[in-house]
Amino acid sequence: MENMVNVYFFGKKYSVPADLTIMTAMEYAGYTLKRGCGCRHGFCGACATIYRIKGKNELKTCLACQTQVQEGMYIASIPFFPTDKRTYEINEIRPDQRVMMELYPEIYSCIGCNACTKACTQSLNVMQYIAYAQRGEFEKCAEESFDCVSCGCCSVRCPAGISHPMVGLLARRLVGKYIAPESEHVKNRVAEINEGAYDELIEKVMQKPITEMKELYNTREIEK
Amino acid sequence: MFTAEMLESIKKVEATRAERMKTEPRRMTADEKDALLRAYHPDYREDGFSTIAIGPNKGQKVPKELGQLLHSNSRILNEEIDLTKIDYDVDVLVIGGGGAGSSAAIEAHEKGANVMIVTKLRIGDANTMMAEGGIQAADKENDSPVQHYLDAFGGGHFAARPELLRRLVMEAPDAIRWLNDLGVMFDKDEDGRMVTTHGGGTSRKRMHACKDYSGAEIMRTLRDEVINRHIPVVEFTSAVELIKDEKGQVAGAVLMNMETGDYLVARAKTVVIATGGAGRLHYQNFPTSNHYGATADGLILGYRAGAPLLYQDTIQYHPTGVAYPSQIFGALVTEKVRSLGAMLVNKDGEAYAHPLETRDVSASAIIRECANGKGVDTPLGSGVWLDTPMIEILGGEGTIEKRIPAMMRMYLNYGIDMRKVPILVYPTLHYQNGGLEIGGDGFTKAIPNLLVAGEAVGGIHGRNRLMGNSLLDIIVFGRNAGKAAADKSKEVELGKMNLDHVKAYAEELRKADCEFDGVSPMLLPQYARHER
Repeated sequence: MENMVNVYFFGKKYSVPADLTIMTAMEYAGYTLKRGCGCRHGFCGACATIYRIKGKNELKTCLACQTQVQEGMYIASIPFFPTDKRTYEINEIRPDQRVMMELYPEIYSCIGCNACTKACTQSLNVMQYIAYAQRGEFEKCAEESFDCVSCGCCSVRCPAGISHPMVGLLARRLVGKYIAPESEHVKNRVAEINEGAYDELIEKVMQKPITEMKELYNTREIEK
Repeated sequence: MFTAEMLESIKKVEATRAERMKTEPRRMTADEKDALLRAYHPDYREDGFSTIAIGPNKGQKVPKELGQLLHSNSRILNEEIDLTKIDYDVDVLVIGGGGAGSSAAIEAHEKGANVMIVTKLRIGDANTMMAEGGIQAADKENDSPVQHYLDAFGGGHFAARPELLRRLVMEAPDAIRWLNDLGVMFDKDEDGRMVTTHGGGTSRKRMHACKDYSGAEIMRTLRDEVINRHIPVVEFTSAVELIKDEKGQVAGAVLMNMETGDYLVARAKTVVIATGGAGRLHYQNFPTSNHYGATADGLILGYRAGAPLLYQDTIQYHPTGVAYPSQIFGALVTEKVRSLGAMLVNKDGEAYAHPLETRDVSASAIIRECANGKGVDTPLGSGVWLDTPMIEILGGEGTIEKRIPAMMRMYLNYGIDMRKVPILVYPTLHYQNGGLEIGGDGFTKAIPNLLVAGEAVGGIHGRNRLMGNSLLDIIVFGRNAGKAAADKSKEVELGKMNLDHVKAYAEELRKADCEFDGVSPMLLPQYARHER
């Protein structure tokens, strides 16, 4: 007999093998998932889930695909959360503090409860990256929020109504586009290609017989 | 957490580490690679394949599971769909909300077209989101698009379509520029030089990355841009069949609301199929690194409408999927782990192959080790070690946390610290090398206003794909498809919409006596267990 545990999906009890994740346990119980299931490997944030262990008071958040079931888990998936993304023209904004004030003014209503950080399924210091955003320290905000999968568990728990993943995303786009130093070598290569510097060379290699290509490939020098 | 056998084997890995690190394992010769592939690569297992019975690729080899879908009838064969009631009327319809679809939509919008995305899950629920290691582009001084071409062409066994590969390598640096300008945070040094590494089969260090969230960083930026532009995205709605007109053009698609089951009609002057891969078909019972919706829907839609497939019989098994623990079985362990220096080591502590052979060769070598008793037993099969502590020795303490944080987190969830102990891996179904055939301009040859982009395309990479060339192809071919679809839509005059091809396909299946019971496209895998 497999080692089984009792879990409760939306309040209904099921007995499932103890080594399953919440997601595979739901499938074991007979659910065909439509919402609440995306990449199944912890990158997309589709499977934000809230649970409480029977007899305990604390509410916990997790990704269903990355979390093993436990005895007495009361589980509710969050199929959708109305995160508030503000729209903007990336070419028209600038990386100054004003942009956060204009687009996400509610970050200044943060009461410092730290519920976002406690809720983060990626163990990020969410409240800290919001603090960086408040101060216009976009590089720090981008770095601290980089591993965010936008599951929205932070926003679910926030009394100030902040859409944290969207704030981090804005900071990262500002850093990527405006703050990080430009890559001269990329610009140069694009210009060379546009000027036709490789047209003849690529045409020549495309025309070569396979035997010659094999020879070229098998004897090519590999950078150390 | 580890079994006694695993712990015993780890001791051997540790014992040989210092000695192994003194020399680089020899790379195989072309003949050795060839023999290894024939003996161990799943593409050479005859019992994994069947023959296509009808349509443009009749008589050719196809993975059994994809063959079943091609030989199944349409979901709407017996439905009365009123095509005069049009729910969406657009210039460009993009089917699929991954990296290719989103890039196409952005570029079509940039060209002023009325464009819409339809996707059966959410925008961004795609293999793009899960790509970890990086994106190739020949933009360093010691590199060139020609060198990139040679690496990809050889790595793909000289089978790539030259006109497609040319576009891939020549437009690669501009793809990086475009993403950078959209705000993608690439790994750079303080002077702005991209931090680039090797991938399996590359001759220059041209792998650009965003830590090990490369695809996620690209996808979330593209998604944000799609939303900023107010491009309509119809989520949880699948395309279940293309619609054609009497001129043989495509004229849109029949859609299905995934939650209510209701059908909808979208009319469009041009259609871009960007539906991605097929990992969830679990060819030969392999686990997969793919997202939940990777069920080859676009291939079925396109083929039924008359567009030929190319290289549908070649599949990429990523050498390093998780073999243990079971909870994350089949999940991707990025190739970057090997780029950063980790060796592949068997049960006895031997580095049995160079860690950066191409993916098909690497995967075959792991299968060989396990088949010959040199693998470590796991609850679901077996695996070999990826000696991750080497990374910290080579790059200094903290390298793993800085460069591959997603991997570290994934394993720490199950109490395994990859900085201190090696991890167990086995090949996982990763990528569909084949797909619908297109010309260098992005259009299918059979249907003049139907385009394909991303993993649904066959022929860009040939019979094997190098790491970092898929994130690249979704951007290059996605952008191109968006621009071309927008331009083409200006000259398309649609006729009367019909679904005659669906009936004709059913008739052919009946005549060939090869119908399967199910319907296709599959849309979602059947994972629910039902006791009765």
